[in-house]
Amino acid sequence: MAEKTKKKSFYIAVWKRLKKNKLAMIGLSILIIMLTIAVFADIIADYDTLAIKQNINIRLEGVSKEHWFGTDSYGRDIFARIVHGSRISLIIGIFAVSIPLVIGGLIGAIAGYFGGLLDNILMRLMDMLLAIPAILLAIAIVAALGPGMINLLIALSIAGIPGYARIVKSSVITIKDLEFVEAAEAIGAGTTRILIRHILPNILGPVIVQATLGIASTIINAAALSFIGLGIQPPKPEWGSMLSEGREYIRQAPHLITFTGIAIVLTVLSLNLIGDGLRDALDPRLKD
Amino acid sequence: MAQPLIETKALKKYFKSPSGSLHAVDGVSLKIDKGQTLGIVGESGCGKSTLGRVIIRLLEATAGEVLFEGKNILKYNRNQMRNMRKEMQIIFQDPYASLNPRMTLSEIIAEPIKVNKLLKNRAEIEKRVTKLMDTVGLAQRLINSYPHELDGGRKQRIGIARALAVEPKFIVCDEPVSALDVSIQAQILNLMMDLQEEMGLTYMFITHDLSVVKHISDEIAVMYLGQCVEKAPSDQLFQNPLHPYTKALLSSIPLPSLKNKGNKRDIIKGEVTSPINPPPGCRFAPRCPHATEECMVRDIELIKAGDEHFAACRLYGRGFDAE
Amino acid sequence: MSQTLLNIKNLYVNYETDEETVRALNGVNLKLNKGEMLGLVGETGAGKTTTALSILKLLPKDIGIITNGQIEFDGKDLTKLKEAELRNIRGERISMIFQDPMTSLNPVLTVGEQIAEVIELHKTLDKKQIESKVNEMLELVGIPAKRKKEFPHQFSGGMKQRVIIAMALSCDPELLIADEPTTALDVTIQAQVLNMMEELKHKLNTAMLLITHDLGVVAQICDKVAIMYAGEIIESGTAEDIFEAKEHHPYTVGLFGSIPNLIEKTNRLKPILGLMPDPTDLPQGCKFHPRCPQCMEICRKVHPDDRQTETHTIKCHLYK
Repeated sequence: MAEKTKKKSFYIAVWKRLKKNKLAMIGLSILIIMLTIAVFADIIADYDTLAIKQNINIRLEGVSKEHWFGTDSYGRDIFARIVHGSRISLIIGIFAVSIPLVIGGLIGAIAGYFGGLLDNILMRLMDMLLAIPAILLAIAIVAALGPGMINLLIALSIAGIPGYARIVKSSVITIKDLEFVEAAEAIGAGTTRILIRHILPNILGPVIVQATLGIASTIINAAALSFIGLGIQPPKPEWGSMLSEGREYIRQAPHLITFTGIAIVLTVLSLNLIGDGLRDALDPRLKD
Repeated sequence: MAQPLIETKALKKYFKSPSGSLHAVDGVSLKIDKGQTLGIVGESGCGKSTLGRVIIRLLEATAGEVLFEGKNILKYNRNQMRNMRKEMQIIFQDPYASLNPRMTLSEIIAEPIKVNKLLKNRAEIEKRVTKLMDTVGLAQRLINSYPHELDGGRKQRIGIARALAVEPKFIVCDEPVSALDVSIQAQILNLMMDLQEEMGLTYMFITHDLSVVKHISDEIAVMYLGQCVEKAPSDQLFQNPLHPYTKALLSSIPLPSLKNKGNKRDIIKGEVTSPINPPPGCRFAPRCPHATEECMVRDIELIKAGDEHFAACRLYGRGFDAE
Repeated sequence: MSQTLLNIKNLYVNYETDEETVRALNGVNLKLNKGEMLGLVGETGAGKTTTALSILKLLPKDIGIITNGQIEFDGKDLTKLKEAELRNIRGERISMIFQDPMTSLNPVLTVGEQIAEVIELHKTLDKKQIESKVNEMLELVGIPAKRKKEFPHQFSGGMKQRVIIAMALSCDPELLIADEPTTALDVTIQAQVLNMMEELKHKLNTAMLLITHDLGVVAQICDKVAIMYAGEIIESGTAEDIFEAKEHHPYTVGLFGSIPNLIEKTNRLKPILGLMPDPTDLPQGCKFHPRCPQCMEICRKVHPDDRQTETHTIKCHLYK
C-alpha cells in the first residue's frame, strides 16, 4: 500500500515538471490529436469508399473541397488514406519500439549488471544481430514468416533489440559502480530491487530519447518493407508505402508525398518533443 | 577478555589485473571491541577502502576470516548475509555519489527500512524517518528535497541517517569527512561521536587525514600497500611511533602552527611501489632509510613492541628470527 | 621597505546569469610584495579561486563581471588592459597552477615538449637554449632531466604536479598563483612538494599567491596570510599575526577550532555553527553575523570596517 501511494506521488511530480515544459506540451497535444484521429478514423472518413475504392477518373487530383489532400494515382482520397494509415503506422511505430525496448533493455541490464561470462554470451549474440543491417534482418525474418502485420512487428522488433541492449548496457555500467548502488547493496537490497529502483530511474534519460527517435526510423523501415512487398499488403493504407508510391509522381503531383510526409514529420516531431520533455522531467536535478 | 565485536584473521583481497595479481589487502588481522573506534590510516592505494568493503562483504575476500561476534560471516549464505546487513553498515566518502539522485531525502532514509521490512505500516515508517532526521540534525522541511538541492554536510547527514536506519552495531566509515570543508567536517565528526556515545556504536574509521583519525579513534592501524604496518592505541601511536613509515607519515603532516616552521622534517623519498605481484619482504623497504638487504627478502609480521603496541619492522622485537 | 607587486583594491566580482546574481567578491583588498608568499585561506565558496581568476582576467566570459575595484600589478591596473596586453602578462609575468595535476597536462605530448612550448611562446630563444632551459627547469623541481622524453601517464601524481610547477616557472614569472596545488596529493608526497616549493622560494625571487583551505600548509610555507569569508578578506597579516597573536576574527577562531588537534587531546571539536551564506542573498551588516558566537546588535546592521594595526588587519566590530 505504502509503495503504491509513494509511486503515485513520484509520477505526479514528474507530470508537474512536464507540464511546465511548453515544447513537450505542444508535442503531447499533437500526439493526442493523432491518436484521436486514429481511434475515430472510421467516423472521420469511410474506409471502403474513400480509402480503398479506386476511381481512375479522379486520379492525381490536387487539393479540392471534396478531397482535402487530393487523390493518389488510383484516385483514392489521400486524407482518408492518411487517417486510416495512422492506425497502422502508429501501431507499428509504438509496438515495434516498445517490444525491443523491453527485451533489449532487459538483456542490456542483465549483461551490464552481472558482467562476466553472461555479459559476454549475451552481448556476442547482440553483436551477431547487429552485424546484419537491421533492414536486411527484417527482410529475412518477414521472408521466412510470410508477410502480414504481426510478422512485420516481430521482424522490426527483433531488428531493434541489439540497439537498445547496447545503450542500456553502457548506461548500467556507468551507474552500477557509483556509491549509491553500493549503498543499496549494503542495506541488503536484492538484485531486482537494485536494478528497478536504483539503476533504472537513472538510465531512463538516454533510453527515452533513443526510443522516441527509434519510432521515427521504425516507421520508415516499415515503409521500406512495404515497398518491396514484404510489409503491409496493398491496398491497405500505410504511411510508408504511400510515401514510396507517391515518389513516382513527385513532379506531376507533389501533394502525394507532401501530406504523407507532413503526417510522418508531425508524428516524429511530437514524439521527440515529448521524449526530450520526459527526460528532463524524470531528472529531479533539472528542476528549476 | 571480552569477545571483540569484529575480528579479521589474515584477511586477503586480490584483484585480477592485466599485468598480474593486485594485492589490495594482504593478510590483515585486526580486532575491534564493542563501542570502540578503530582508525585505519594510509595513503591512496594502501587498500584501506577495500579492507572496509571486504569486512562487510561488499567485496568477496580472497582468503581469511571475518568474525562478527565470533562467527565467520564469510561462510554465510545469501539469506544469512541479508540478515547481517542489519548489523553492519557503511558511510561513504562522496556524499553526492552515494545518494541516488532520483530519490528524495525521505525515500533514501526509508529505503533500508523497507528493504529489510523492519516496519510495514506507512505511518510508522514516516515516523521513523522523521525521528532519524532529528537524530542526525536534518530539518523537517527538507523531507522532500533531492540530494542535489543540499550542501555536502547535509548530504553526509543523510548518509549517516540511512546507515542508522537499520540500527546497526558496526559501521564502516569510509572517509566520511574528507570531501567536506573544515567547519562542516567538525560538525559531522561531533555528530558521529555523539551518536557513538548514545547508541554504543562500533566504528571502523577509514581516512587519510591523521588529525581526524587521532581525534576520533581509540586505536589506530596504519596501512601500507595492503598490509598493517603498525597498530597501537591512538595516543601511543602519536607519541611514540615505531615503524619508519608511521614516523614519516606523522612528520609529513603540515601543522597549523608556526612552532615547527623551519625545522627540517623527515621526509621519505620516492613513491609507493606497485601493489601488483609485490616482491617478498617488507613492502616499505624500497623507501625505508633503515632498510637492510634482509628487509628486501624476508616477509615480516606484526610484532609486539609494547603493551598494546604492534609494529611490523625488524627494528623492534624479535624481527626475523620469528621462525 | 619591499616593493609592492600586486595590489588589489576594493574588488567586487559578480557572476550574473539570467536567473540570479552571485556576489562572489565583495570588496577584496589584498597586497603582495615582491618575493613574498601569501596564503589565501577559506572554505568552498569563499571566493578564493574567483580572486585568482580575476587577476588573470580568466573569469567565465559574460558571466563573471568585475563591477568595481582595481588590480594593480607592478603599477599597472590589469582591469583596464586590453586582451592582447594581458596575454603578454599571462604565463610570462604571472602564471597559474591548478589543483588537479591529472588534467592539466596534455597526454599526447612529452613532458619536455610541454615545458618547451611554454618557453617558445614567451621567449625568443634558439633550440639549444630552450633545450637547456627545459633541463634546468626539470632539475629545479627535482626531476632528472632525462625523464623529459616521457609522457604524463608515466609520472605519478606528485611528479605531475612538479612538472606543472616547472612549466609555470619556466618563464621566470614575477607572480605565481597556485590554486590548491597539493590538495590532490597524499601527505608524504605533499610534504615533498611543499619542501620543494620552500626551496624554490629561496632560489628564485618569485612572489606566490597560494590558495588553500589547509591552515597547516599555510603555516609551513607562507610569510603572510589572508582569510576569506563570503567574498571578503576578514583577517590578514603576517603568519605570526594569524597563528600567534591574541586577537582574531571570530571566523578565524572557528576555523582553528574545527581542526582536530594533533598535540592535545580534545573531547569534542568546536565547530562553527550553520552554513556559508547564500551568495545570491547575503546577510545585512557583517556577513558572518548569523554564525558568529559573539554577534552584537551592531553586527546585524552595520558592515564592519578594517581595524588595522601594524601588519594585522581584522574586519570585525569587536575590535575598534
